[in-house]
Amino acid sequence: MDAVVLQLLNGLDKGGAYALIALGLTLIFGTLGVVNFAHGALFMLGAFCAVTMQKLLTLSARVKDTSVTFFDSYTDVPYLKMWFGDVGLKIIDYAVPLSILLAIPVMLLLGIVMERSLIRHFYRRPHADQILVTFGLAIVLQEIIKAVFGANPIPTPAPDIVAGSANVGAWLGLGANVVYPWWRLVYFGFSALVIAAVFAFLQLTTFGMVVRAGMRDRETVGLLGINIERRFTIVFGIAVVVAGVAGAMYTPILPPDYHMGMDFLVLSFVVVVVGGMGSLPGAVAAGFLLGILQSFASMNEVKSLLPGIDQIVIYLVAVLVLLLLPRGLFGRKGVMEE
Amino acid sequence: MTDSNRRSALKSVGAVGAAVAAPTFFMRNAWAADFRNDPSKSSTVKFGFTIPQTGPYADEGADELRAFQLAVKHLNGEGDGGMLKTMKPLHLKGNGVLGKKVEYVTGDTQTKTDAARAVAKRMIEKDGVIMYSGSSSSGVAVGIQALAQEMGVIYMCGLTHSNDTTGKDRRRYGFRHFFNAYMSGKALGPVLGKEYGKDRKAYHLTADYTWGWTQEESMKASTEALGWKTVAAVRTPLGAGDFSQYITPVLNSGADVLILNHYGKDMINSLTQAVQFGLRDKMANGRKFEIVVPLFSELMAQGAGDAIKGIFGTANWDWKLPDAATKAFVKSFGQAYGQPPSQAAHTCYVQALLYANACEMAGTFFPEQVIKHLEGFKFDGMGNGATEYRAADHQCMKDVLVVRGKEKPANKFDLLDVVQVVPRSAVDYDPKIFGGNLGPYTVS
Repeated sequence: MDAVVLQLLNGLDKGGAYALIALGLTLIFGTLGVVNFAHGALFMLGAFCAVTMQKLLTLSARVKDTSVTFFDSYTDVPYLKMWFGDVGLKIIDYAVPLSILLAIPVMLLLGIVMERSLIRHFYRRPHADQILVTFGLAIVLQEIIKAVFGANPIPTPAPDIVAGSANVGAWLGLGANVVYPWWRLVYFGFSALVIAAVFAFLQLTTFGMVVRAGMRDRETVGLLGINIERRFTIVFGIAVVVAGVAGAMYTPILPPDYHMGMDFLVLSFVVVVVGGMGSLPGAVAAGFLLGILQSFASMNEVKSLLPGIDQIVIYLVAVLVLLLLPRGLFGRKGVMEE
Repeated sequence: MTDSNRRSALKSVGAVGAAVAAPTFFMRNAWAADFRNDPSKSSTVKFGFTIPQTGPYADEGADELRAFQLAVKHLNGEGDGGMLKTMKPLHLKGNGVLGKKVEYVTGDTQTKTDAARAVAKRMIEKDGVIMYSGSSSSGVAVGIQALAQEMGVIYMCGLTHSNDTTGKDRRRYGFRHFFNAYMSGKALGPVLGKEYGKDRKAYHLTADYTWGWTQEESMKASTEALGWKTVAAVRTPLGAGDFSQYITPVLNSGADVLILNHYGKDMINSLTQAVQFGLRDKMANGRKFEIVVPLFSELMAQGAGDAIKGIFGTANWDWKLPDAATKAFVKSFGQAYGQPPSQAAHTCYVQALLYANACEMAGTFFPEQVIKHLEGFKFDGMGNGATEYRAADHQCMKDVLVVRGKEKPANKFDLLDVVQVVPRSAVDYDPKIFGGNLGPYTVS
């Protein structure tokens, strides 16, 4: 029972990340009809917003280090520590959550610039062209990050207050072995919040209503005198922000490096396809479903029955879903079927 | 094709063939010592450095390249000479190798075996390298070592730790200075027994490829010999990223030690996540739960941050060793690049010097002769104490370091404590235990 609860938590946590990326992908596909292979790289850029925030907060003065005797060496003392003492250190400790403040404007701006300068030229081009150009963009972004930050993963710890594990077992009346890292619980809560916010924005605001109408029938909305293009540009920006904040908050779980986006990209596309192309609830449901399945497939009991199942379960499920429900779990008729 | 066309085509093919063959025929200087990329007519000699410049080990590759560039400088008599001042016996004169200035080319292995083989092949066929060196993955090292044998060009391995490199996949044209998983197990076992007791229960998480398997096997053998029990050994896919689904089963497995047979990015991620799951603070079977990482490097310690503190592992070399050779190397590396060298850099630097020294001893670049001078070569003054390039499997036999993540680093480079220098006699083994065959000296 303990093991099942733990794997369920793992699944929800992983699913949260998958769902956030897939949600952004689906938003872009549903509004602009663009298959965005740079989305993993945007997740990675978000993570590097956290790294940048950490670097900014730890901007340091170089002080000669006398403990290194073999060559001249310098040690770094953060200005925040020099100016504010313990308060400064506390601010540095909260680098990751604070990076959200940096990630939102940076990613929004990047999204809008990307859409206006590159993506819009590919609306009417075949999907293969869109894939090529966005994949190329992903490689460019990765190499820029590598040139600036190096290839080694950079540790970005969570604030001390949530660094340890929560005794989930005690809450649920289970054994003491059921502990779960606080930050992962925070991440799950955060992803649920962002998903809820995106849905609320699309369902409860006039802007969202127009965007949804545009997703259904772009031409009619245009004929009503609404500048749907501009709204779609903003939606693209929002999708990029969602990927970015998902990446920034993920850094304490996975020390970021320039390649981390690619690891998520393929999985996210599988999530989108299983959920149904263009369906936002589908992307979220499939994200959590595949996250949980992947976790359960990694249990030793399951692996002893079906060796290697943990590595293929996601693709196996994708094959089964597509055989039984070719449009995916929540797919609508007419999407990508012309 | 008409008859006349066919005849003229044959003629031209014959003429081209003769033209291509003729220069090589006349240029051969000695039939007996005819070998690939013979530099005897040139004033320079070219080395190839096969290193990862992209992919997960790109930072390690960058450090290897720094070391190679420094080695080339020192071989050519530039800079302060580094380990040329301490190496014994020394046949190098600081005027290149056999009087020829050393040049080099580099290629990106991407930490992929097929890409690395393509790079090495290009270096041999297009760039005309006499020797190539470098790697930071055993998969790559085994792959390009086999190529070295096929092509008759010597390969001096970089960072590769799998038993297979000088075990079942050993080759006559490949040489490894770095230590291996078996030696790690032998060195680490007694220290773990002393620190953690003799009745522990271990849980292994293992990277699912050649290095991980041999590392797991070696650690199992040495810990079970102490009296430890292995509760489970779980294989994880390379580059899994999030290891949470493999770590949670550890919590209630009854184990009280987690052994992470992971390297590079996998190790950084799995260790960071294991610490987040509270494994460092956990009590199991009435004792404190412990994590062991049999192989780690300074670069990985940087990536793992605080998670590495107090963790035991092994290393081939460390920049804080007190011997004169280490000091000389760290000084010239530090002055050139503003940071101390990693163990990957050290092994690459030493390999380049050892190859050049063997050429000087042989008095020729002829690979067969150079190999014979490397085999059984005993040397000192290169940072690891008395060392021997064992003839039977081309493995360098030397002391091994047991290291521990430092609790209170004095500076940003000071990440590991050298707990013990385990002497060669304690990690020695019979080269026959892994099987394998070096293959012939002469390749066609």
